[in-house]
Amino acid sequence: MTASKTLTPRANAPTVLIKPQRGLVGLDLRELLRFRELIVFLTWRDILVRYKQTLLGGTWALVQPIMQMLIFNVLFGDIAGLSSGGIPRPLFTFAALLPWNLFSNAMSEAGRSLVTNRNMITKVYFPRIVVPLSSVLSGVVDFAVAFLVLAGMMLYYGVLPTSGIWGLPFYLLLSLVTALGVGLWLGALNVHYRDVRHIIPFLTQFWMLATPIAYEANEIFRRLPEGLQWLYALNPMVGVIEGFRNALVGTPIFSTDLLWVSLVTSLVLLVSGLIYFRRMERTFADVV
Amino acid sequence: MSEYAIVVEGLGKQYHLGGRVERYRTLRDTISGAFTWPVRMLKGELHRDAETIWALHDVSFKLAQGQVLGVIGRNGAGKSTLLKILSRVTEPTAGYAEIRGRVGSLLEVGTGFHPELTGRENIYLNGAVLGMKRREIGAKFDEIVDFSGVAKFIDTAVKHYSSGMYLRLAFSVAAHLEPEILVVDEVLAVGDAEFQRKCLGKMSDVAEAGRTVLFVSHNMSAILRLTQESIVLEKGEMVYRAPTRQAVDYYMASGLSQTGERIWQADEVPADASPFRPLALRVRDTQGRVMDTVQSRQPLEIEIVYELEKPIQGLRVGVYLQTMRGETVLTSFDTDEPGQYEKYGTRPAGRYTSRAAIPGNTLNEGQYVLGLNASSFRVRRYFQEERALAFSVDAMGAPGMQWPEPRQGFIRPQLDWRIEQVEAVKV
Repeated sequence: MTASKTLTPRANAPTVLIKPQRGLVGLDLRELLRFRELIVFLTWRDILVRYKQTLLGGTWALVQPIMQMLIFNVLFGDIAGLSSGGIPRPLFTFAALLPWNLFSNAMSEAGRSLVTNRNMITKVYFPRIVVPLSSVLSGVVDFAVAFLVLAGMMLYYGVLPTSGIWGLPFYLLLSLVTALGVGLWLGALNVHYRDVRHIIPFLTQFWMLATPIAYEANEIFRRLPEGLQWLYALNPMVGVIEGFRNALVGTPIFSTDLLWVSLVTSLVLLVSGLIYFRRMERTFADVV
Repeated sequence: MSEYAIVVEGLGKQYHLGGRVERYRTLRDTISGAFTWPVRMLKGELHRDAETIWALHDVSFKLAQGQVLGVIGRNGAGKSTLLKILSRVTEPTAGYAEIRGRVGSLLEVGTGFHPELTGRENIYLNGAVLGMKRREIGAKFDEIVDFSGVAKFIDTAVKHYSSGMYLRLAFSVAAHLEPEILVVDEVLAVGDAEFQRKCLGKMSDVAEAGRTVLFVSHNMSAILRLTQESIVLEKGEMVYRAPTRQAVDYYMASGLSQTGERIWQADEVPADASPFRPLALRVRDTQGRVMDTVQSRQPLEIEIVYELEKPIQGLRVGVYLQTMRGETVLTSFDTDEPGQYEKYGTRPAGRYTSRAAIPGNTLNEGQYVLGLNASSFRVRRYFQEERALAFSVDAMGAPGMQWPEPRQGFIRPQLDWRIEQVEAVKV
């Protein structure tokens, strides 16, 4: 941008029409695609910042699930004496904690993201959904690191993945989609109502207990009256955790019909979250 | 329509009053309307019953490609709202704007900077936030670092930067954006003189390169230097559009009290100023008369009258003295003197006058503006009005008046020149 260089106006300079939006607004995928680099950069920033000025750095991505696993083993295994589906309990718990942590971190980060990035939102234009989206994505790296430990544990216990391992990406995607759906709701609500900040930890905790991490989903299913099993599967994380554990360490999976219930809830969360988010994002810069 | 870079038609933005004081509400506040609440919440209509204000109302203008337009107006006149709508940060409530080309905004530099990241990392991040492609940033990286002058610290976390370095780096990234339309707001208000000069240089480069620029500033000399044409906003409406020189004159003449006295009515003081309430600001001459013109040779007295509804700790009440063009001549507070500061550590509730005299032979002739500020340092700013009162200084009898030429400079002190003949030369 030196004085000598003059501008040749782009022949195809895009014309943008700025006017009040009314009613339902679709998700502008092309616009989102234009900002893909921003998504990458924000994800990268979140990852970098998460472990800056910590002694253990990225090791935290391992320490957390391992500690959780130890606590769960003592509580649910040694004290409550619940079954771990015939495979070593550490493996049983750890294989469930990984997708769960991916989900719960993504959800709570996304829920807080708009308020955390307030100064960007009030100063610059970009599709607002970039912010919760990159919060969700930034958890994937932690997941990948912890996954190596899981692989190591499987070697140690001599447990081989089942043929269902091809379903793994699907279950991961399902947990990310659910996290994004809930995160969009929480994030948009948080802009107006900071109560959400206080709800998030409580919601995460409650949701964790309602998800078969330290116990088998069957424990719940067999207690539900015949024909009402689908109620439990309304929690999309039931499908994710059971599916993930089945694919890797071969615990029995519940019926695929119930997996459909999880899938549908997850999509309903995502679509409704998108609609609500798009509706509220017009006023984010004024309110946040 | 293609020759225009910006077409604005009937643009308006409505805000809900109280939104600034009560930044966000809690669920409890709304629980009273619990029955209709979920429906209204989903429709985003919760605030609709509140009182509203038009921050920007029915503004229309067209701006040709390559033109540089100044936007002038007081605080709250709608300048920032206009820029925010044009840079798509917020949506208008009415009307529309058509924009041809990429908009780059320097609304506030350093957006997206993260203190924990290094200068290098922040350049990439900030560039991406401002809409640059990674390739673009990479290609300009050296230029950006060069311009900022922080090359030595590029791999240090920016939280260790001085505020000046931080700012230079931030501006540098923003300045290397190559948008067709550039929107600039007050970036020049900060930084040292040297850096400001650099920024102004960069801005005129941008203008010369044929880009369209929208420039907002309180610095009238910068506006005069950089723009040919300006619009004046007042209370959200566009009241004037003319060549910049005329627009500046119009703005200077409008709304400013010319009687040497500024009185604040209760409804003119924002609610968030409480417990501070300004009552009056006056300029008096040596006889104690309220004057709009004072003699340069004689002292002039500044008088601030105000009320405190509650005791305030660490309060300082003072003035900014600026030229009409917006250059600051001096800033002074009533508790500048350490003894005073201790004595008034906590100022009890009540009505006060703070008075100070500017000694004779201080100000040069010309038009000056007084601004009022009441704040507790690093705690809170209670009240601020940058252009509260205008007055003129007459140079009658001042040093150097035997030469009928205008003198440069803000001050015109009587210096004690001593002239000695060191050696006599015989002719």
